[in-house]
Amino acid sequence: MSLITSTSPHASVKNNTGAFMRQVIYATLPGLAVLTWQFGWGTVINVLWAVVVALICEGLFLKARGRNVAFYLKDYSAVLTAVLLGLALPPTAPWWLTLVGVGFAIIVAKQLYGGLGMNPFNPAMVGYVLLLISFPVAMTQWIAPGEAPGFVQSLQLFAGQLPVDGLSGATPLDTFRTWAGNETELASHGILHGDLAGQGWEWVNLAFLLGGLYLISRKIITWHIPAGFLAGLAAPALIAWLIDPVRFADPLFHLLSGGAMLGAFFIATDPVSAATSRMGRLVYALLIGVLIWVIRSFGGYPDAVAFSVLLLNLSAPFIDYYTQPRTYGHSKPNRGTAGGGKS
Amino acid sequence: MIRTFFRSRTPKVFDFHGGIHPPEMKHLSNGTEIAPGPLPAQLILPLNMHIGAPAKPLVEPGDRVLKGQMIAEPAGAVSAAIHAPTSGTVSAIGPRPIQHPSGMDAICIVIDTDGRDEWIAHSGISDYTERSPGELVDTIRYAGIAGMGGAGFPTSIKVNLGDHQRVEELVINAVECEPYITADDRLMRERADEIITGIHILQYLLNPRRTLIGIEDNKPEAIKAIKRACKGCDIEIRVVPTKYPSGGEKQLIQLVTGKEVKSGQLPAHVGVVCQNVGTAYAIKRAVINGEPLIQRVTTLTGDGVSQPGNYEVLIGTPVSDLLHHGGVDAGKIGRLVMGGPMMGFTLHSPTVPMVKTTNCIIAASPEELPEPPPEQPCIRCGSCAEVCPANLLPQQLYWHAKNDDLEKAQHHNLMDCIECGACAYVCPSHIPLVQYYRYAKGAVRQQAADQLKADKARQRFEARQARIDAEKAEKEARRQARLEANRKKKEASAAPTVDTAALKQASLEASKAYKAAVKAAKAADAEGAANAAELKAEADRLKEIADKAKAAVRDAGSAAPAAVPAEDVVAKLKKQVGDASSAYKAAVKAAKEAEANGDDSAAALRAQADELKASADKLKAELRDAKAGAPAAAPTAAQADPVSDLKKQVGEASSAYKAAVKTAKEAEENGADNAAELRSKADELKAAADQLKAELRDAKANAPAAVPVQAPTAPPADPLTELKKKVGEVSAAYKAAVKAAKEAEENGAGNAAELRAEADTLKADADHWKAELRDAKAAAPAVAKAPPVPTDQPKMPEASAPQALTQPLTAVDPEAAAKRQKRLKGLKTAYNMAHKQYKEAHAALERAERKEEVSADELIEMQRKVDKLKNKADVARDALDALIEEAKADIRAHTGKDLKTLKLEAARAESALADKKLELDKLASSSGEDALEALNSELKALEAEAQIARKALKQALEEQGLVE
Repeated sequence: MSLITSTSPHASVKNNTGAFMRQVIYATLPGLAVLTWQFGWGTVINVLWAVVVALICEGLFLKARGRNVAFYLKDYSAVLTAVLLGLALPPTAPWWLTLVGVGFAIIVAKQLYGGLGMNPFNPAMVGYVLLLISFPVAMTQWIAPGEAPGFVQSLQLFAGQLPVDGLSGATPLDTFRTWAGNETELASHGILHGDLAGQGWEWVNLAFLLGGLYLISRKIITWHIPAGFLAGLAAPALIAWLIDPVRFADPLFHLLSGGAMLGAFFIATDPVSAATSRMGRLVYALLIGVLIWVIRSFGGYPDAVAFSVLLLNLSAPFIDYYTQPRTYGHSKPNRGTAGGGKS
Repeated sequence: MIRTFFRSRTPKVFDFHGGIHPPEMKHLSNGTEIAPGPLPAQLILPLNMHIGAPAKPLVEPGDRVLKGQMIAEPAGAVSAAIHAPTSGTVSAIGPRPIQHPSGMDAICIVIDTDGRDEWIAHSGISDYTERSPGELVDTIRYAGIAGMGGAGFPTSIKVNLGDHQRVEELVINAVECEPYITADDRLMRERADEIITGIHILQYLLNPRRTLIGIEDNKPEAIKAIKRACKGCDIEIRVVPTKYPSGGEKQLIQLVTGKEVKSGQLPAHVGVVCQNVGTAYAIKRAVINGEPLIQRVTTLTGDGVSQPGNYEVLIGTPVSDLLHHGGVDAGKIGRLVMGGPMMGFTLHSPTVPMVKTTNCIIAASPEELPEPPPEQPCIRCGSCAEVCPANLLPQQLYWHAKNDDLEKAQHHNLMDCIECGACAYVCPSHIPLVQYYRYAKGAVRQQAADQLKADKARQRFEARQARIDAEKAEKEARRQARLEANRKKKEASAAPTVDTAALKQASLEASKAYKAAVKAAKAADAEGAANAAELKAEADRLKEIADKAKAAVRDAGSAAPAAVPAEDVVAKLKKQVGDASSAYKAAVKAAKEAEANGDDSAAALRAQADELKASADKLKAELRDAKAGAPAAAPTAAQADPVSDLKKQVGEASSAYKAAVKTAKEAEENGADNAAELRSKADELKAAADQLKAELRDAKANAPAAVPVQAPTAPPADPLTELKKKVGEVSAAYKAAVKAAKEAEENGAGNAAELRAEADTLKADADHWKAELRDAKAAAPAVAKAPPVPTDQPKMPEASAPQALTQPLTAVDPEAAAKRQKRLKGLKTAYNMAHKQYKEAHAALERAERKEEVSADELIEMQRKVDKLKNKADVARDALDALIEEAKADIRAHTGKDLKTLKLEAARAESALADKKLELDKLASSSGEDALEALNSELKALEAEAQIARKALKQALEEQGLVE
């Protein structure tokens, strides 16, 4: 009789990291659907293409690193990175833009750091920021809401065969940033006055919120990061808006514009690069939210999820040291690094 | 009011952080009643089924044992007894594989059962309340009861907290939170009454303020049974929500009391004692039924078993027997777990025995408990942190443990992990987290042990260094002290050295002069010169001078050390002495020259020299007195004063007495009334006078004792002996008379006064003789140095010197010397032994310091011992030194020379002899026969002298036992 000998516990949950990732991917589907509805097939094409690029890059590098390629591809982490980056890219993005972004995200931001679990920065956001800095024009050309191109047009855009200019328009965030403080202009731009917030984007964000709530309900993520994120964004927005509604956008506009919900539920919640304790995650997400509002209101970019997330990724280990929970049997939680507070 | 209503209906159950809800799998085994287990052919009973020291076997292979017979007794406080679970024969006591995760063997008692299941005589205690708690604790201890929940901590310790520890809550753990296990569940359903009795015994022992039973809400039947059984008693039932690990001791305490046990502390610190429900049952069986812990209810479950259920198995039953009993298809088993799936151990082989803590055997198919999936990278999802009951950050612990960053792992409270496995259970990456924590904990413990070891080594090193430094410092201090002493001595004798050197020089010159004179005399004699006799006389005189000079040198030498507090007077005297000596020397030289030249002025010069010498001697004497007086001034004064004072007092008292007597007599004659009074007063005065006289006598007796020491510098002639004898006789007579007088006085005898008078006469007599003796002694040297017959001349030194040297030595009390010698020898041996012991202890300490296993305490102990031995050796050496000093002093006292002088004299004599020999050799070829002869005789004399010196030295040494 050959018996399995192992240490306890001898039972474990049936799910695995791959299932975890897949759940996140599924949760993005409503958002993807609304994006497609509002801005055409571009995003779908982006996502699919990004996934292909990611799998190829990941596979090549796993092989180069002497890892079990199939085993690691099945953790779906590369796919998730690709999906998130694909969702964040403008639907007008040509194929090479996605290729560069995803390739950089997978190879440099993830594999070169040691693969899954070892990357200090969110790979999707690293890829996004690379593209934003390198190709600012291509990265800021969004399609005007309600003028979604057809599938063929989207393919042409993807292939770089169609000039973007004719289709593109400013996003609500961009519009507000341009006319902030000018009451008449702000009032005259219809894009700023959808049913809830900016036209088109309000639905996109609501869809991502829906997917996020699903993740929370499935205990894939906890409420801490989204709540912190949204509160950090909404609170300063509310205060500033109450002080000067012409100069500053209202909180709902902030919450339902740009990448707010995608960032709150899907980007900032990347566990690898986030803070890890409950309190740490709250602090981490809160600061991301605040930073987004600051950059949106005073910075040079219309949106700031990627920058804010990356900046807080940097701070995550530090936050972790100072937000340890109180362990059972201890009167207070430990703070700081080992030996720093004690002895 | 509403709140109180709710509180009374649903007692508050607290919550703990985290926890998981794995599939319970309890339905597999909780449907059937507890069935008897198999009676295996062989029982294997490990000696360490409990936490603590392994039990001590009481049987030997071949012994027949009865069911319930104690076969191993507890070894120490934290230990438990072991009993034979059935009757049979002990077939072996030796290593057998047990359920330890390492797969290590352990010492087991193996019993071949005989199938008769024959009980040993046993009886229970029907009313335990009549017994003292101590008695019951002993019963529990000797029933071998150890925590049945899993840890196996000897129960007797947990129920014997002592009076100082107040137990607030007794918590009975009936949670049974691990999946699969239903042993406690069935036990509660079927034997609730016995469990409650066991709890009552615990209550009796611990006297808790509250007793709480915690049961998970997935055992409704058990809850019902317990509720029924404890109806009307002061036991509260707390139904806790099903959640793993609610049954963890700390978790349950938090659930039912809201208290947290501080990290690193025991529940007792917060006034809680936690006992497993199975333990309560075992306590009941032991106390009421008199049955030791020889069987327990164990769940046999898993889909590899055809008849899963609960079995009452004998402790020591091999797992394979139970599997067989439960209808296990061996081919179907993929994993065999002893304990629950969360915290149990997988078994390497089913031959291992079930022990007191074995609550479950899971024979699982590979599908049921599959091989763990391969480990994936940690994505820090935090699921583990969500379920950790200790509220740790398992993902961080894992990270630090994996990186061997033990410091950070500890900072994240690694040691508070209870290894419940909840984190590993939920980990989506299937990381065996508990294994990492166990590894890290082990490393931390190892590190702590290493640290302790290093600390100990450091302590040891520091202690050793301190000791070595102390030794060095002590040595250095001793060296310094010696240097200081030497320096002081030198300083003290710096001035005297001039003096001593001068004296020595003088002495040497005097000797030379004497020798020259002798030579001259001899030559004159040979020539038949008229002045030969004169010359001889002169030579003798010179000899005397030389002797005196020598004595002066000696005195200076011996006086020098005493002159430490050298005063100005002394210094001045020294200078004067020096001056006088040099003047004298110059005079001597001049005289010698004159003599050599046959000048007339020789005699005049000589006389002058003598005068100078006398003055020098006087000065020397003064100096000596001054020196002796400086340090000894106080004692001598103290000694002298009482005597004169006493004399004075005696005189006064006597005259007072006489006056009183006179007045009394007059009064009597006049028939005065106060005559009697006066008489009594007179008597009183007499008594006072007598007392003073006695005191004076004593003082006198003490005082002269010091005098004779300096007296015998010259050889006593016959008259001296006679005088001595006489003095002795008279003294004895005097003493006797005094005694008689005293007695008479005491008795109030009439002749007291008469006797006293007689004594006084005798005393005067004795004093007279003593004075005469003293004079005679003073005169003796001159007598001894009577001009000898010329022919005897070469022999002269031989004849006189030995006398001079040996005489005082013979005066040494041989008995005292022998005694001292003996003591010296004894002390030497003692010192040698002590020193050897010290050296040995020291070496042992050095060795121990290099060994790691020796604790600091032991080292300190050894250090203490070494110090003690060293002290002993030092004391012995000091005593020895003191005795040697004493002996030296005695030599000095008896020979008038200290050991050094004796040695010096011996050496000088030898060198003089050698010189003379050389001279003789030189002269042999050139000189005439007469000169040769003279030289020869001189040589002989010197030889004799040298021999004498040698002998004296040797004798002195031997006398005092200083010969090594």
